[in-house]
Amino acid sequence: MIPLSQLKFGENACIESTEIDKIPLKLIEMGCLPGNFVTIIQKAPFDDPLYLKVDETHLAIRKETAKFIFVKLIK
Amino acid sequence: MSKSLNIALLGNPNTGKTSLFNSLTGLSQKVGNYPGVTVEKKEGVCKLDRTTEGYFIDLPGTYSINSSSIDESIVVELLLNKNNKDYPDLALVIADVENLKRNLLLFTQVKDLGIPTILVINMADQMKRKGISLDIPILEQTLETKIALVSTRENTGLDELKKLILDYGIISNKPLIQINSIDKKYFENLENAFPRQSIYKLWLIITQDANFGAIQRTLISDISKFQTKSKSEIKRLQQKETIKRYQFINGVLKKCFQIDKASATDFRSKLDRVLIHKFWGYLIFFSILMIIFQSIFSWSEVPMDFIDNCFNYLSSVASNNLPSGVFTDLLSEGIIPGLGGIVIFIPQIAFLFLFLSILEETGYMSRVVFLMDRGLRRFGLSGKSIIPLISGTACAIPAIMSTRNIESWKERLITILVTPFTTCSARLPVYAILIAVVIPDGYFLGFSYKGLMLMFLYLIGFLMALGIAWILTKTLSIHSKSYFVIELPNYKIPLIKNVALTVWEKTKSFVEGAGKIILAISILLWILASYGPGENFNQAENIIQKKYPELAEKEIELKTNSFKLQNSYVGVLGRSIEPIITPLGYDWKIGIAIITSFAAREVFVGTLATIYSVQNDDNDTIKNKMASEIRKDGKLLFNLASGTSLMIFYAFAMQCMSTLAVVKKETNSWKWPLGQLFFMTILAYFISFLTYQILS
Ligand SMILES: Nc1nc2c(ncn2[C@@H]2O[C@H](COP(=O)(O)OP(=O)(O)OP(=O)(O)O)[C@@H](O)[C@H]2O)c(=O)[nH]1
Ligand SMILES: [Mg+2]
Repeated sequence: MIPLSQLKFGENACIESTEIDKIPLKLIEMGCLPGNFVTIIQKAPFDDPLYLKVDETHLAIRKETAKFIFVKLIK
Repeated sequence: MSKSLNIALLGNPNTGKTSLFNSLTGLSQKVGNYPGVTVEKKEGVCKLDRTTEGYFIDLPGTYSINSSSIDESIVVELLLNKNNKDYPDLALVIADVENLKRNLLLFTQVKDLGIPTILVINMADQMKRKGISLDIPILEQTLETKIALVSTRENTGLDELKKLILDYGIISNKPLIQINSIDKKYFENLENAFPRQSIYKLWLIITQDANFGAIQRTLISDISKFQTKSKSEIKRLQQKETIKRYQFINGVLKKCFQIDKASATDFRSKLDRVLIHKFWGYLIFFSILMIIFQSIFSWSEVPMDFIDNCFNYLSSVASNNLPSGVFTDLLSEGIIPGLGGIVIFIPQIAFLFLFLSILEETGYMSRVVFLMDRGLRRFGLSGKSIIPLISGTACAIPAIMSTRNIESWKERLITILVTPFTTCSARLPVYAILIAVVIPDGYFLGFSYKGLMLMFLYLIGFLMALGIAWILTKTLSIHSKSYFVIELPNYKIPLIKNVALTVWEKTKSFVEGAGKIILAISILLWILASYGPGENFNQAENIIQKKYPELAEKEIELKTNSFKLQNSYVGVLGRSIEPIITPLGYDWKIGIAIITSFAAREVFVGTLATIYSVQNDDNDTIKNKMASEIRKDGKLLFNLASGTSLMIFYAFAMQCMSTLAVVKKETNSWKWPLGQLFFMTILAYFISFLTYQILS
């Protein structure tokens, strides 16, 4: 299990858990929930912010938020 | 007897609520392909049948009923307050067919509030391309509602929607999810404490208080005492609620939603890899900006000269053909030149809005937010601040309102305070004419000096905004949490109709707005410039003749006219402020133009045009009149130093009463707008002073 912020470009992963107090509710409502798939589409310089696709939604979040979302790589 | 229905348009951001609203009501509210276009409640009427009128209420987009920014809280406040005059009889939840799952989250919440809710699935035109198929009857059954499949782009499904609205009585308002199942004991207590209330509504009020600050609710039951859970516990329950809703939705969609991955193209991801690439993304962004500035300048040169000449011709026709008298003078020296000073800028304004609306409609705007977030954060702004900063190039007023979807109050306040530094379209006329007069022709690396100067002016406005933002971040002690979540919409080919409409509406309102002001000002100016107090004005001819007996008649006339103008009412007024602006390189006529342009910056040129026409009615273009204006010491008034100093002044000064009013409204205090006025004026004066002194 690794934080989402360490996921590499193009890797597929599945969300395992989130640190609920550290991430905004909006993100949860947009689909950042355990069990959903996530991929990184693009990273800005210094890997911040990140452009992700979570469960059909394309969204951008900052690295400081991505640290609190934990994912498991899928081959 | 006619009935009326209140119908609220709800839905996730960017699903086409405003597009639907416009189609139904015939209005033209702003539409754009990025989340957060609508930030206010807007109303419009549509006749549904012979006896029923629908009052449609367009609302800002929200991902759920739990709000995290000002624009979203407008929705919650409406839905929780039954006594609100706009409280809906019926809600339409507008969903994007490509992202049905996430859109249904809000649908289930609205339905659970007990409001009859119709699901409108929009963008039906995209289904084929994305390989989506839907079983509407099953979906209607499982969601216990009626569904309209529409495409506002192709105008399909709207009549069916109207029929469903008229029959809204048959829709069940039973909740879909039992909220108390997420924490039995807690909700039992809540129910016992407030037996006659809707339990889901109570829950929303509690969570709203905990997460976003108390909502205004004069008549909603006061349950602030019922706080038996910590914020963190409440958030956990909200997550539980969200999971529960998604479980339900997944179950529903499994039965009736299919997506054929093979026929779906993933064009957007490919395009995104380039457009927001670490290197190419920035290069493309700056190239786009360069092209915009260059074309604003070079494409509009020909039509501008044409319009300028037309107005001259009009002036001379008026003065030659109408019976001479005060009215003819007023027309040919006051009103026509004044209006000409506005109309001449139509081409540039139109091009500016053309580019802006293409950027907004394609979906590129959100990519810029992504590219700029990290850079802007250093200056205490959010990536989302880029939208006000870019749309501020049209006008600061909607730009300041669009800050409403920035979640953090500190970032939002700072964005509001620095947005007026962005070069708005009202400054463009001032820059355009001054650049045409004082910047030499010539090219640098294929870019004209004139276009580069324009780009430079936009750039210093932007850099000043950043600099001031940085200072404010360090000095304002406001603590508010900052986070950043933004959805990146799919690319869309701009709808020519939308783009054309925006350009037309904006250009029209530019001409009308500024036209009215300049009409009033040019009449006033003409009167003040054509009459004057005392001997100097009335005996001007004699005084000049005595002073220069050797001059020819033509020269005497010129000298008399300018002497008269100097001693007219406006001249006396202007010369009394002249000492303040002389150090910046301006004369009293420019001073008058600066004062009148406080009403609206774009009347600067019109004002000068009127003053120069009174002084000398030889029917030359505005540009030539400015270029040949001589200072007291015999040099040209508009030279590189004074012209640049004037442009710098306009770049930094807070010269717009409407902006001050909107800042007051958005910050709820006079402290901020007055501070802006004071500070920006001093800053503009000081930097213009330095510019003039260094360049001359
Ligand atoms: N393909 C397609 N695009 C549509 C349709 N309806 C709207 N759009 C586009 O979707 C984008 C968003 O439309 P808006 O009407 O501004 O959406 P909104 O829901 O009001 O957005 P916010 O005010 O930001 O919440 C625009 O670019 C529209 O042109 C449709 O039926 N089909
Ligand atoms: Mg809208």
